[in-house]
Amino acid sequence: MRPPVSVIFLTTLIGAGQGLFLALFTVQLYTLFQLLPAPEPRNLYAPGSLLVVLLLLAGLIASFFHLGHPERAWRAAAKWRTSWLSREVIVLPALLGAVALFGLAHWVEWKSTLATLPSGGQIDLTVLLGTLAAALTFGLFVCTAMVYACLPFLREWHSPLTVVNFILLGGASGFTLASAVAVRAAPSLVGFLGVWALIITALASAARIGSLVRNARLRPRSTAQSAIGVKHPKIVQKSQGAMGGSFNTREFFHGARPTTMRMVLLGFPLLAFAAPALLLAVGLIQDAPFAFVVAFALQYLGLLGERWFFFAQARHPQNLYYQSIA
Amino acid sequence: MTQLALVIDLNVCVGCHACVTSCKEWNTSGSAGPLVDERPYEADPTGTFFNRVQTFEIGQFPDTETVHLPKSCLHCEDPPCVPVCPTGASYKRKEDGIVLVDYDKCIGCKYCAWACPYGAREFDEHSKVMKKCTLCVDRIYDRSLPEADRKPACVKACPTSARLFGDIHDPQSEVSAAIRGNGGYQLMPEWSTQPANHYLPRRQTRIKIHPDELERSDNPRKRDAQLPKPGPTGPTIEDAVGW
Repeated sequence: MRPPVSVIFLTTLIGAGQGLFLALFTVQLYTLFQLLPAPEPRNLYAPGSLLVVLLLLAGLIASFFHLGHPERAWRAAAKWRTSWLSREVIVLPALLGAVALFGLAHWVEWKSTLATLPSGGQIDLTVLLGTLAAALTFGLFVCTAMVYACLPFLREWHSPLTVVNFILLGGASGFTLASAVAVRAAPSLVGFLGVWALIITALASAARIGSLVRNARLRPRSTAQSAIGVKHPKIVQKSQGAMGGSFNTREFFHGARPTTMRMVLLGFPLLAFAAPALLLAVGLIQDAPFAFVVAFALQYLGLLGERWFFFAQARHPQNLYYQSIA
Repeated sequence: MTQLALVIDLNVCVGCHACVTSCKEWNTSGSAGPLVDERPYEADPTGTFFNRVQTFEIGQFPDTETVHLPKSCLHCEDPPCVPVCPTGASYKRKEDGIVLVDYDKCIGCKYCAWACPYGAREFDEHSKVMKKCTLCVDRIYDRSLPEADRKPACVKACPTSARLFGDIHDPQSEVSAAIRGNGGYQLMPEWSTQPANHYLPRRQTRIKIHPDELERSDNPRKRDAQLPKPGPTGPTIEDAVGW
């Protein structure tokens, strides 16, 4: 498949935003159970939520560039019963709204207690909004990943690993970003968030490399024989019906040289996993706040490469009909 | 339940592209607006077509055979492109099984094209919507046309009658009989999309020729050469059996 730039930005930006929200809500849950000292909410939760909203909005805007008719985008909410894309289109604005309310409730310090836990933790509106937004976050991860994982003949995508990867990769970049945000907003939490970022980055690298290994062992189920219904083992295409290319040759072939593919394949795990993990470790041990910012920047670049490769690696069976021009 | 479909006889198709040009002509002239043609007279022309004829060579030289494969939307009975459409612009008609795109609802996200294993859908870069074969839905029900013309443009155009059109769910129809009688098959059956369009395979055509058919038994020269043997007037075996 040709990697669509707008979709690469959509999935990576909202992934980082979702991960950042999960990091914020994780801190709040820890403080609820008195496992962490409570940060100043106006310093962490409100600006953090604003950043999440900005990331989700940026992703949403990027997605419009993928559409031929952006002005009709509202129609995409219609078929949520059958289409994962439609579900994604519904859940993304819902999450945006929930996170905005979550941030707002923290900003105005809406602290009327709704219930008290036996341990003494106060459940207020922000906890309820946060729980709702966390559920929507995981829902959005599943919707985004299932857009790709639900297509059976794109076998590189048709795997539970796709969903796992979207959750872990988004989570890793979001927690790394959270640790970078905490450098200014809540220095006491940098260590906590940095360690979680390190753990999730390690898990994400394991899962992503697992999917690379799986994809390397895939054998295509469709062949030239099944594509044209001739049993003979030797079939060579002589013409595809057009010499100047068509939508089919533009949309389904990535067109990158094998060396480019190999460089991205070797480069993205370094940028997305190895370098940020190293920088996070340095930041945690040496107490170097700048390392967290660089770690996120490198990880985000790496994830752009990861998403590019995710698309480029998928081999669409329609390509069997477009092997030779004339 | 009706399921309209094309049955394409690969044994007869000569790869002339008449169906392609006829399809383009009909569908670029309809009320849905033109099918885009970009740079038609330049070095790399491209455009949207509903139908393509592709050519494959089977076997190793010199034992090769050429197969021309006309490929258009197969109007699957379980179309993978329809449920993924977020707007409902892609739909399969209940009454005749034609898979269509509502160009006024399509947002141009191209997800349906990703979901089609056959590459049957082509994006129109000018009107920015997904397009595909309609089985000439604006023609086959048109009562202002003579009944013989109420067929898809490609079927009407085919000079060798390689394309049949009809209801594959009606066991009495011409297409059902062709599928049954000639080993009709579907493309990429492994994805259980159940394409409605079927293809009839290439068949080995052998004519058995008896030497008698090459050499006239009543060839006068032969008769001259053989003259003395049976006698000029007496009956021969060939006279008895030849006609």
